[in-house]
Amino acid sequence: MTGAATVTRGRNRYLSLAAVVLLLLIIMAIVGPALYRVDPLSMDLSIAGTGPTVAHPLGTDESGRDLLARLLAGARVSLSVGMLAMLLAVAVGTTIGTVAGFGGGWVDAVLMRLTDAALAVPALFVVILVLTFMGSSVFTLLGAIAATSWMGAARVVRGELRVLREQPFVEAARALGTPHLTIMVRHLLPHLVPTVLVAATVGVPSAILMESALSFLGLGVQPPAASWGNMLSGAQTYLTSYPWLALYPGLLILCTVLAVNTLGEALRNFFDSAVLTRNLTDRS
Amino acid sequence: MIAFLIRRLGHGLFVLFVVSTVTFAIMIAAPGGPSLLADPKLSVAERAAIEQRLGLDQPATVQYARWLGRAVRGDLGASFLYQTSTLSTIASRIPQTLLLAGTALLLTIGIGIPLGISAAARPGGRLDRLVTACSGIALAVPAFWLGMMLILVFAIWARLLPAGGAVTEGGNIGLLDRGRHLVLPALVLAAAGCAEVVRYTRSAARTTLALPFVATAQARGIPPRRVLWHHVLRHTLASVVSVIGLQLPRLVGGAAITETVFSWPGMGRLGVEAALGRDYPLVMAVTLVVSAGVVVASIVADVTQMLLDPRIRVT
Repeated sequence: MTGAATVTRGRNRYLSLAAVVLLLLIIMAIVGPALYRVDPLSMDLSIAGTGPTVAHPLGTDESGRDLLARLLAGARVSLSVGMLAMLLAVAVGTTIGTVAGFGGGWVDAVLMRLTDAALAVPALFVVILVLTFMGSSVFTLLGAIAATSWMGAARVVRGELRVLREQPFVEAARALGTPHLTIMVRHLLPHLVPTVLVAATVGVPSAILMESALSFLGLGVQPPAASWGNMLSGAQTYLTSYPWLALYPGLLILCTVLAVNTLGEALRNFFDSAVLTRNLTDRS
Repeated sequence: MIAFLIRRLGHGLFVLFVVSTVTFAIMIAAPGGPSLLADPKLSVAERAAIEQRLGLDQPATVQYARWLGRAVRGDLGASFLYQTSTLSTIASRIPQTLLLAGTALLLTIGIGIPLGISAAARPGGRLDRLVTACSGIALAVPAFWLGMMLILVFAIWARLLPAGGAVTEGGNIGLLDRGRHLVLPALVLAAAGCAEVVRYTRSAARTTLALPFVATAQARGIPPRRVLWHHVLRHTLASVVSVIGLQLPRLVGGAAITETVFSWPGMGRLGVEAALGRDYPLVMAVTLVVSAGVVVASIVADVTQMLLDPRIRVT
């Protein structure tokens, strides 16, 4: 067996594992709170910080709240904030990339300078700023994450468009007098789907990590509502006495991000080869 | 080269202008004023007096123009909270952040590049698989959680290293003490960037290994080790430098988190404190200094890349 074959087989195994893990996490977030009907918000200081018991399978946190219930509720918040922020960021990035790539000229120059400037700014710093001054709610959180993570999508979409707009089929459409908007929507956008899809899978993990970091600083999802990040914020104070409080949410974030990253990588490889084969068949 | 530097400086100034404008706009648009005015005991007259003293009674554009005018002359105003010059407050914190971020950067380069090259030498080998797995985890782990786990293991359980701070309070502050405090935060801050550099170096080195000049070098009988660590490394390095340059904003942003986890008295924490305390001038100053640092560092990265790669020296 050659080394390369081992690598491919290993990758496939990781890929299926990642898909299963991700699916489990999503199912857990959707149906978990319905199946496990313990209130994640009810406090009982008399049982604060106990280990696993029959009534509380994973134990309780520093205020006596059920840890499993909070992890399940947190999964909903963390996963949905991650996905929504990514959707918003990709929407903004695709729009800017499209305008720049299709517009060209000075529009392109201005927008790309702006993108470069945004890339040079420490994103986390700006988000912290926005949230402290605007107050943190789900909307400001989503907006702030999106406002600092659209650049990647904008750049790849613009790059792809600049190649696409020179293609003969676009020239043909233009020669037939097709309006700009129709060319855009009917002829160019479908070609952008793989690019945008890859940009989106890259965006989810970074949005989840950003949300957790912000909630950890107390600027993201506000307690008593649970998110994996703000559960960790409480856990740091009790690291010596109840170390397991810090363990579970962190492990869940790690697994989620790892799984999405693995899927994203596979997706990127898949589309890379698809682009390659398409180009090869075109030439023949 | 000179023209390039001037152009890059121009871009840098543009970035700083955008950053400061956006920061200012966010603060002005935010509901509620600076925390100084939040005191309910203040009378209307006192409030007006404070507003006038701080220039807050002027329209936003005038305030911004004034700030810009002073900033150009190197005066970033006085902090609302500390009542001191913002620049001196920042200057007292900068060495700590430079120490932390600098160590993290050295770790990133010193671990990332050699590991990436070694992994590329035997694709699919034991080291390669280990490196790929570890970098995958390092990219997926939330930095603050990694910090908490390291504190738990090394400070609380093993009692080998301190859990936070830059020096032992009241203890003898020797080089060893500083070093012991530096280990964990620097590792946490370096983790994600290091993983990215490893991955990039690995793929860049694999591309380089397939180039004809490598085969030529091997055919000339140069030992494989020398080919890898001289020919391939030199060729790979130029593109890796640009990836390291892209790590800098993350290093600075990550510093805010890492410094909070490890109670490290640096700029990142100062920034968070200033924002939470709604200290307008300090927020503006920290943002400006941090962005300027990133801009300068990215210019350094570009120049390094030009020195390493003769092909891009012309532009």
